[in-house]
Amino acid sequence: MRLLSTKATCNSHGQDSSYFLGWQEYEKNPYDEIHNPKGIIQMGLAENQLSFDLLESWLAKNPDVAGFKRDGKSIFRELALFQDYHGLPSFKKALVDFMAEIRGNKVTFDPDHIVLTAGATSANETLMFCLADQGEAFLLPTPYYPGFDRDLKWRTGAEIVPIQCTSSNNFQITETALKQAYEEARKRNLRVKGVLVTNPSNPLGTTMSRSELNLLVDFIKEKTDMHLISDEIYSGTVFSSPGFVSVMEILKERNDTDGIGNRVHVVYSLSKDLGLPGFRVGAIYSENDTVVAAATKMSSFGLVSSQTQYLLSAMLGDKKFTRNYIVENQKRLKRRQRMMVSGLQKAGISCLESNAGLFCWVDMRHLLHSNTFEAEMELWKKIVYQVGLNISPGSSCHCTEPGWFRVCFANMSEETLTLAMKRLKNFVVESTCTQRSALFNGTSKRKSLTKWVFRLSSRDHREQEER
Amino acid sequence: MMSDNQPQLLSKIATGNGHGEDSPYFDGWKAYEDDPFHPTKNPNGVIQMGLAENQLASDLVQHWLANNPGASICTPEGVRDFKAIANFQDYHGLPEFRNAVAKFMGRTRGNRVKFDPERIVMSGGATGAHEVTAFCLADPGDAFLVPTPYYAGFDRDLRWRTGVQLVPVICESSNDFKLTRKALEEAYEKAKEDNIRVKGLLITTPSNPLGTIMDRQTLRTVLGFVNEKRIHLVSDEIYAGTVFCHPGFTSIAEVIEEDKDIECDRDLIHIVYSLSKDMGFPGFRVGIIYSYNDAVVNCARKMSSFGLVSTQTQYLMASMLSDDEFVTGFLEESAKRLAKRYGVFCRGLGQVGIKCLASNGGLFLWMDLRGLLKKATFEAEMELWRVIIHQVKINISPGSSFHCSEPGWFRVCYANMDDRAVEVSLARMRTFVHQNTEAKKKSCCHRKLRLSFSSRRLDEFLVSPHSPFPQSPLVKAST
Repeated sequence: MRLLSTKATCNSHGQDSSYFLGWQEYEKNPYDEIHNPKGIIQMGLAENQLSFDLLESWLAKNPDVAGFKRDGKSIFRELALFQDYHGLPSFKKALVDFMAEIRGNKVTFDPDHIVLTAGATSANETLMFCLADQGEAFLLPTPYYPGFDRDLKWRTGAEIVPIQCTSSNNFQITETALKQAYEEARKRNLRVKGVLVTNPSNPLGTTMSRSELNLLVDFIKEKTDMHLISDEIYSGTVFSSPGFVSVMEILKERNDTDGIGNRVHVVYSLSKDLGLPGFRVGAIYSENDTVVAAATKMSSFGLVSSQTQYLLSAMLGDKKFTRNYIVENQKRLKRRQRMMVSGLQKAGISCLESNAGLFCWVDMRHLLHSNTFEAEMELWKKIVYQVGLNISPGSSCHCTEPGWFRVCFANMSEETLTLAMKRLKNFVVESTCTQRSALFNGTSKRKSLTKWVFRLSSRDHREQEER
Repeated sequence: MMSDNQPQLLSKIATGNGHGEDSPYFDGWKAYEDDPFHPTKNPNGVIQMGLAENQLASDLVQHWLANNPGASICTPEGVRDFKAIANFQDYHGLPEFRNAVAKFMGRTRGNRVKFDPERIVMSGGATGAHEVTAFCLADPGDAFLVPTPYYAGFDRDLRWRTGVQLVPVICESSNDFKLTRKALEEAYEKAKEDNIRVKGLLITTPSNPLGTIMDRQTLRTVLGFVNEKRIHLVSDEIYAGTVFCHPGFTSIAEVIEEDKDIECDRDLIHIVYSLSKDMGFPGFRVGIIYSYNDAVVNCARKMSSFGLVSTQTQYLMASMLSDDEFVTGFLEESAKRLAKRYGVFCRGLGQVGIKCLASNGGLFLWMDLRGLLKKATFEAEMELWRVIIHQVKINISPGSSFHCSEPGWFRVCYANMDDRAVEVSLARMRTFVHQNTEAKKKSCCHRKLRLSFSSRRLDEFLVSPHSPFPQSPLVKAST
């Protein structure tokens, strides 16, 4: 008899993917300005490290919270004992207010419809357990966050069927692609229970358009047992137009005349907007009472530490702080993204135009020696081992086209980012020279070389980065 | 809420009742919620004795916190670590946290055995630990053997989302509910007959609800049994640090380390632990899986992504639990206070002839109220329970909610209240027993009157330690 479970011995945890392998390489040889200047720079981690000083300064001004006190009185005991899966009411209230603020207060959220979970990782898995039986499927637009393969499928037994998006229209979801995915599922005898989107998108860094959102709502409207999950974990990272439109706003605009309000669910977390992934603060928002009830009970398996709930209830309850934080954080993200875009341009590399997220979706198709995923892997290995940058290959995000990479920009200092861009540029130049000599030997692709050379020469003399 | 009634809209797991909160024992919890006791504001309210919490030594922790501001990443002394800690989401956990927990686990076992920090895996409380362990060790349809009576939360934690089954191993009062080889074999054979594949045995020592420790001989028997059948052993040792007197606690870890005469495949041995009971921190959600099986450690660690411990809490715990002086002092003092409280209750109940199973750990007593049942049936137990909830106004837990095979036993928690509440609860019990004695005399009962005190079931509470009601008094932490 096999000793362990099937789940324990299979690889649905997804950690054999290149997404995680790159991390492992980084762990073995991490860059450090002083101790390991030739090490690998981590650009595969979508973290927001840009605004900690704002949090720290708030803490300095609010010593009571730090000491488990309220109004000077110790509440340590109550907090240590508080394990109610309904969560700390003051925290839920502060959280929904924060979520509303991020959406420009165009929509509001009811604290009684929020379920707290141990990060968005747990939120997504919990929603799957609630909405899909084993073997049922959700449609996801590609490219998507590699972690979904684990979070949505591993222990739940649910399936993911991709909605293929392409660069031809900036990877937006089309009605054709949606229908094709649905048909594909049917061919595989999978019952589709809904669609899950990440908005703003990981790895694209773009916000979904109103027409895409309406398309999705129309799609689930037709089928009475389908759900729409909108993972809005990056909602606070939108730094330029066209601004963020939440699916909740769309429902409000439509007055929910279609009665689908109880089939739309939002996932949120403080890991990206506030840069607190260590605190494990996730949330499910749903107008569906049964979902809220079931998910609340399931949250027993991953509650948010009461100590953390208390700290954040005070922090997010400080409206002056949150207003300032949201604005300042977005400013810094915008500046950082611009730095990366211009750095890439200097290396003759373009990326998808983006207005959100902690990363750019970078187009390196012209650096592939063939339009294949093998070539993408080869390029990726060079970038990890030779260039010393851990970036995420598009194939790990299930992208249909080879040559795209997700490169993070908010988890390092400006100096490190500058260095990373320099390394990349050097790599491209060297590759150009290699290509050139190969060309002289008559083996290279003339067309792509010309494109590079043009890009490089036009950017070479730019000294100032865009602000 | 219209289309919810379609069975297809949500999953079977969501619409079924595997969460266990639909049982009729809701009355007890509801009674408490509607009318919670307060010494001055509501002295006639229902006293909560269904909650296995350790509130007796929190002043010691508070004192330590006041003297160690650097243990918090929010204070001026600790804030320089804020960024690194808030950013750290590695599912291996902070090394200092794992080291501190490993050391603490050794401490609560009198340093008779050492734990390897590399085998420490985090989980969302022991609740999360049990679910992850089930996911790692068993497929849907497989079963775990569990000695009765057992913590009702296991029905949810091990079964709900995993599809795993529980097969009871019947333990009886005739030998103080000790686990026997015979009972294990019977349960195992029965499962086989029913075509159920047994993957493991789950024991809790010290026991909830009994409060007794599993002695070394029984542990040896258990070890022999699991090795022979080639099934896993999960030892839930969540109450390890609550043992307050002789005989001391023996962990399964000690037996496998020391008793080399027993054949033991370590790949079968796993321990579940938590800080919720020993330290009294259920709100901080610190659960631990400790496995001697490398593959299980690896798998559980990946699954821990679904319930990691907040790094803010890891950091605090690392600091607190590595303070040797504090830990030694805390464990000693906590045990003293538990012993004292246990003594007060035993004597108080004894004064009216109520007997309890002799125990030396846990946060509760296992009371024998068989004498007060009209009939030796579970219906009679329920009836008595309802009377106690609504008349005596004490919320305690009936044995049937723990799957006890004999009616008339009740679990009474004593460590979650102050001395005043203790006095009131004992006084109420005394009054009720006297009334009952009088009533029995009048009804010409010829049975030898065994003055036992009956109590109510609190299955609902046991199934989920969290209030199923939106307005839990626990929310007072926020207001």
